[in-house]
Amino acid sequence: MVAADSKSTVMVTEPRARLLARPAWLNWNWLGVAPFFLFILAFLLLPATSIVRGALVDDNNQFTTQYMLNLFTQVYSTPYVNTIEISIVTAIVGGLLGFLLAWSITVGGLPARIRSAVLSFSGVASQFAGLPLAFALAATLGRSAPITKLLSNVGINLYPSFTIYGVLGICLAYTYFQIPFMVLIMTPALDGLRQEWREAADNLGASRAQYWRLVALPILLPSLLSALALLFSNAFGAYATAAVLVGGGVGGALIISLKVASQFSTDSMTNPHQGYALAFGMILIAGLTILLYSYARGRAEQWRKSGT
Amino acid sequence: MAFLDITDLRKQFGATYAVDTFNLSVQQGEFVSFLGPSGCGKTTTLRMIAGFESPTSGEIMLAGEDVTRIPTNRRQIGMVFQSYALFPNMTVADNIRFGLRVGGQSAQVMKERTAEMLELIHLPEVANRYPHQLSGGQQQRVALARALAIRPRLLLLDEPLSALDAKIRLSLRQEIRAIQRKLGISAIYVTHDQEEALSISDRVVVMNKGRVEQVGTPTEIYNTPQTQFVASFVGTLNLLEGRTVNRADNMISIDGQQLCVERIEPTGDVLSVALRPEAITLHREADDIDALPHNNTLRGTVEDVYFLGSVVRIRTRLRDQFVNADTFNNPHANLPTPGEPVLLNFPLEACRVLV
Amino acid sequence: MAKNRTSVFSWVWLLIGILYLGLPLLSTLGYSLSPEVRAGNPISFSAYFDVLSDPKFSANLWFSIGAGLLTTVISTMLLVPTTYWVQLRMPYLRSTLELMTLLPIVVPVIVQVFGLLALYRSTFLVNGSGGLYILMIGAYIIWAFPYTYRPISAAFQAINVKVLTEAAQSLGASWITILLRVILPNVWGGVLNSAFITFALALGEFTISSLLAQQTFSMYQFGVKDDIYKPIAFTVISFALTWFFIAVLQQVTKHPSQRNAARTTR
Repeated sequence: MVAADSKSTVMVTEPRARLLARPAWLNWNWLGVAPFFLFILAFLLLPATSIVRGALVDDNNQFTTQYMLNLFTQVYSTPYVNTIEISIVTAIVGGLLGFLLAWSITVGGLPARIRSAVLSFSGVASQFAGLPLAFALAATLGRSAPITKLLSNVGINLYPSFTIYGVLGICLAYTYFQIPFMVLIMTPALDGLRQEWREAADNLGASRAQYWRLVALPILLPSLLSALALLFSNAFGAYATAAVLVGGGVGGALIISLKVASQFSTDSMTNPHQGYALAFGMILIAGLTILLYSYARGRAEQWRKSGT
Repeated sequence: MAFLDITDLRKQFGATYAVDTFNLSVQQGEFVSFLGPSGCGKTTTLRMIAGFESPTSGEIMLAGEDVTRIPTNRRQIGMVFQSYALFPNMTVADNIRFGLRVGGQSAQVMKERTAEMLELIHLPEVANRYPHQLSGGQQQRVALARALAIRPRLLLLDEPLSALDAKIRLSLRQEIRAIQRKLGISAIYVTHDQEEALSISDRVVVMNKGRVEQVGTPTEIYNTPQTQFVASFVGTLNLLEGRTVNRADNMISIDGQQLCVERIEPTGDVLSVALRPEAITLHREADDIDALPHNNTLRGTVEDVYFLGSVVRIRTRLRDQFVNADTFNNPHANLPTPGEPVLLNFPLEACRVLV
Repeated sequence: MAKNRTSVFSWVWLLIGILYLGLPLLSTLGYSLSPEVRAGNPISFSAYFDVLSDPKFSANLWFSIGAGLLTTVISTMLLVPTTYWVQLRMPYLRSTLELMTLLPIVVPVIVQVFGLLALYRSTFLVNGSGGLYILMIGAYIIWAFPYTYRPISAAFQAINVKVLTEAAQSLGASWITILLRVILPNVWGGVLNSAFITFALALGEFTISSLLAQQTFSMYQFGVKDDIYKPIAFTVISFALTWFFIAVLQQVTKHPSQRNAARTTR
């Protein structure tokens, strides 16, 4: 009989089994999770590593950091910087508006039916991107769109200086799905703001503003940070919307995912390694974001554990 | 005029009354418990006093001031929650001084009061720890300190010990009572545990389905329950069904055996009778009935004997009904065995006919 | 139990949200109804008729439905036993599992697709539509993990997996029996929820499908060259369809115990 205690050493009472002594964690349990991990390996981890590998070798399969260093040259660093800026801006703006909307359907006490309508709408709208989003943007703020006409009637003439087919358009479009994305992420966190904390603060004499400043926002801070991290990478990795709005050529200077795509399509014969390096750069930035996200989430979990 | 006067308090949710016609006067320094099963309205009443719920009608006067419509954060009432509700982002010390901080107190006052409170709950060493690093009992004591730090006029406790282990519950409830006595503060304590309520209160309010069943001292509640609900909810009273034999002579019968009671109030033939187990003494069947100390005797057969530590409970079958008799544990005593016929002897006043 | 009093600001933020999010949709709707404005018909559903009667529309729709179902089934079959196993036997892997399911949120889709193309470049997977289809399904599953894992994880955390399993084992049940007859029925809400989400996501996805040249539902709009109104009408149809789908999901999977129980009052 084998008595397995998952935390400590496997206690084995048969002499034969003693010969097969192996570290405690390596046991048949791994068979149960093998399918999942194999799948992740095949479709996520290995592709990622092949990109990393491709980024760090040259045509002769020799290790080189040249392609990675090239990322700091202007032609490649510009789209990185631009995309990071756009991602930060849309994360903050979308995050703020999304937070307010999430607040209003949770703590703000809007009726339950409105809450489910907002949540189901957000589920759809957070995925609204690419060509449809571009259409919607054009239909709203395009040259002959009703809003444009409305604004010019009030004296605000958007055109000819404004165009949706540029950075501003991208920002407006990205914000469109960032808002509902934020709603989906923050609603559970806001629901987790226990009513007793509000009541206890009330009871001890705090005004609403004091409650938010001293209790609620500090408690929400980790969730907010992790949400912002998610929003950032959501915008950073977005492709289809930018592809439609600015296209490959010009767009490559603006949005890094477009640059990667164009690199792969044009240079797949001539300079694949640069493409890999660009993609690896994206992975690195994404990795940093997820570290931030995990750290913030860890803190949020900790505080949720206190009290019953 | 009492310190806290609650008049005709009512709370309606839709068509149902969660609390109906609640009246109570609490004196300064008194410890009152609201006792009842889940859903009886005790917590709702407490929350109305605290200000978290607004009454549908009725009045709450605190120290002569009508606080019925005053918002919570201006009532100067301290509240201890069942789930502690400590702010997880703050240390123990920050939690305790929170009320002082939002009240604009000086740093000096905050420092001194916090130290004072930590001494009061005997936990000076945890000042810089976070709530999640403390045990449940410690968290609740910190919650108590936080509520008391603002020197409230009234202390409210909403089932504060329900989430804790049995042993901690015992020691903590005594500590709460000691602190309350020491500070001389009026307190209202909500619980569903009758032993808790009886052991530490000056008075108990027994509630059921939104209404007050009985208000009285623990002794009154236990020894002289006024309604069937109170009798069955509080303590381990025997609840028996009896019949009127002779109303003029106060004679009733239980399972065919006749007894004398103090008073028969309700009309009708079928009665509800409460019999206190600790007032019953057991005798061998062979014993001479007339030599027994008390007037009332019931014959029965022992069903089972339960050893509860300091108390031994003997369950006896009459004809169709069962009676528990409690006796103190005595290692030298000869306990009856199941199947043995016995005599249950008890005085007149141990037996009450209920409304 | 005190509910949150509705604050005035709630309505303000809601209005702002509706403005920003609703206006573009309304404008799109308006556009889609105006293909015959020049001909004097201010509102015309002709674009919609054209789209719905286009054989390519239904072809792509069925293709996506098939892909969606396949994705859902494989995803569920991967996630449910694994979550169960981790919770039962390897609780220390829980955070790793969660991290794995969150990685796709952070790894950009194009990086994932190009990685797949690069890794399998010399295999059959990259030659021909069949292989690319497999890659697409795999990519879908991975990409949807962050959204599909959460309901399943929540459902498993709500039940005591260890106790149920031990009880079933003591009564003589095999692993398959335990999984199918004891565990699955108790996490069914979360599984259904996850299945709906997977399906909805697969239906609306197009980055992966376009990069892998698969004719999915959302790829329909790219194929329309002649007419601008048809893609716009398609946008409205697609949005409405997905919203309807998710609203149904909300109703069908509404389990009283799964409603957010953060209000610990009494």
